[in-house]
Amino acid sequence: MEKLINDFSFGLFFWVAIIFTVLIFILRKFAWKPILSSLDEREEGIQGALDAAENAKKELENLQADNERILNEARAERDGLLKEAREMKANILAKAEEEATVQTDKMISKAKEVIAAEKKAAVADLKNQVAGLSVEIAEKVVKNELSDKDKQLALVETLLKDATLN
Amino acid sequence: MGAQSLSKIFATLVVSFFSLTLFAGTEAPENPIQHHDHKDDHHGDPHAHAATPSSNLHAKDAHANHGGAVDTKEEVDAYIQHHLADSHDVVLWSDGEKGTHVGFPLPVILWDGGLKVGMSSQFHHGESVATIGGNHYKLFHGKVYKTDAKGTLSYDEHHHPTNEKPFDLSITKNVFAMLVTGLLLLLGFGSLAKGYKNGPIPKGIGRFLEPLVLYVRDEIAKPNIGERKYRKYMGFLLTIFFFIWLLNLLGLTPFGFNVTGNITFTACLALITFLIVQFSGNKDYWKHIFWMPGVPVPMKIILAPIELIGLVTKPFSLMVRLFANITAGHSVVMGIIAVIYLMKDSLGLVGGISVSMILGIFINLIELLVAFLQAYIFTMLASLFIGMAVEEHDHH
Amino acid sequence: MGTIPSLVGAGLIVVGAGLGLGKIGGSAMEAIARQPEAAGKIQTAMIIIGALLEGVALAAIFFGK
Repeated sequence: MEKLINDFSFGLFFWVAIIFTVLIFILRKFAWKPILSSLDEREEGIQGALDAAENAKKELENLQADNERILNEARAERDGLLKEAREMKANILAKAEEEATVQTDKMISKAKEVIAAEKKAAVADLKNQVAGLSVEIAEKVVKNELSDKDKQLALVETLLKDATLN
Repeated sequence: MGAQSLSKIFATLVVSFFSLTLFAGTEAPENPIQHHDHKDDHHGDPHAHAATPSSNLHAKDAHANHGGAVDTKEEVDAYIQHHLADSHDVVLWSDGEKGTHVGFPLPVILWDGGLKVGMSSQFHHGESVATIGGNHYKLFHGKVYKTDAKGTLSYDEHHHPTNEKPFDLSITKNVFAMLVTGLLLLLGFGSLAKGYKNGPIPKGIGRFLEPLVLYVRDEIAKPNIGERKYRKYMGFLLTIFFFIWLLNLLGLTPFGFNVTGNITFTACLALITFLIVQFSGNKDYWKHIFWMPGVPVPMKIILAPIELIGLVTKPFSLMVRLFANITAGHSVVMGIIAVIYLMKDSLGLVGGISVSMILGIFINLIELLVAFLQAYIFTMLASLFIGMAVEEHDHH
Repeated sequence: MGTIPSLVGAGLIVVGAGLGLGKIGGSAMEAIARQPEAAGKIQTAMIIIGALLEGVALAAIFFGK
């Protein structure tokens, strides 16, 4: 203890105090402040980058969700469109068929009418011809066969037979 | 860039060491006769020392001062004592037989009715009277005494000189070591600070220094002082940490510095820490010292003096801890080196050297750890005390 | 050198401090073994208490010497 007190030197004490205090101020100005502030900056930067990455990830997720939604919508729309188109096709087909049926029916009925009219005309014509023919035949028969009664009858018979065939 | 400039500084230091060495070596043998006189004195009558312990110590000190061959136990003791003490010049090694010292002198600054400046080479390691600024001074056990032209010193019964002592502001070995350390710190951390201008990741020596700064900030300052207030004390904490650490490491080099093992040095650092703690103390802190809240009044009265004593013991323990650890480390290392000389007879030269080497390497590695640990503990406790002073209690 | 009683007292204090340090170290080891994840905090606390105790021992040597 006594020796240590004897060792104590005020000159050295003075120098330690001066050097240490000056060193604190110089180092604070030229080293610690810039070092600590750049460390803080860097840490903030890293934190910022991490946050930004997190945000970007979230955004990407959002975007992906959006994409998914849009895709789904598009798919639904396409499906709708397809369905509509299919329905339309079916409609068109059905209509066309109907129309065609109607048309055919009309044509058929017209044709039937025409046929019927033609038939009527033909029948009328035939009747006229048959009448003419019958008159002619009857003239002839009357001319030729009036002499013979039997023959006349047979002839009439035959004629009549022919006539009904028509 | 940092590493390069550091190595440059080292190279410059080494070169200056050796150039000064040569310079000092040439002027040292001016008084060879005096060396031998002293040597013969002590060798002539070794038993005489035992009779008066205090004068014995001084005689040994004086002997070691003069760099005689160190062979006996007493001489080793004295040599270690001499190494542990501050000195006015840097002696790297001495040749005991020729009486030459290899080292370089440092400026001597005295305040004795005015500023007197000289060089320590004028003292010739305490052997001659130096005339500085018209007055005569003599070096005795590392202290400068005012004397007459012949250099007479009068002693009291404890063999302490009664001569007048001028106020000694010399750049001693320790001051020199502190200046070197300060310069190294400034260069290292200055380059680290500049390195951040080129990019966020430091290069060179900064890669080593940056984690240490982060360590002090995140492991010492933040947990002890608190997230909000630590910033204000970072300058002090970082400086004291690196200052102590580097000086501890400098003490492990063979240049013979022992700064952190000097009671004056640790006392000054402890006092600065004490002042910083007291000046940052808030109302709560003082209230806890003088009028402890939450205890009955008689206890408050008993606790106040205890807390007051605690106020003083904290810096005191800071001072003693660093001083004792480093001094003990140096003594042990030097003692182990002395094994070579002391156990020459029982172990032989090779045995002594190998024992000394193995133990020395082992102790040096431990000292490397202690160098860091003491810097860490000093900083840690300083920040703990600051944290206690600025803490805000919310128990009211 | 101090007087013999002061040296003995210093020695006793150092012995006590040594026992205390051993206790701190042992308890810290146990604590770390129990909670390895808190090793850092335990270590810091151990070093602080160790340093304080070391201060007592050194002060004893300092005054006793």
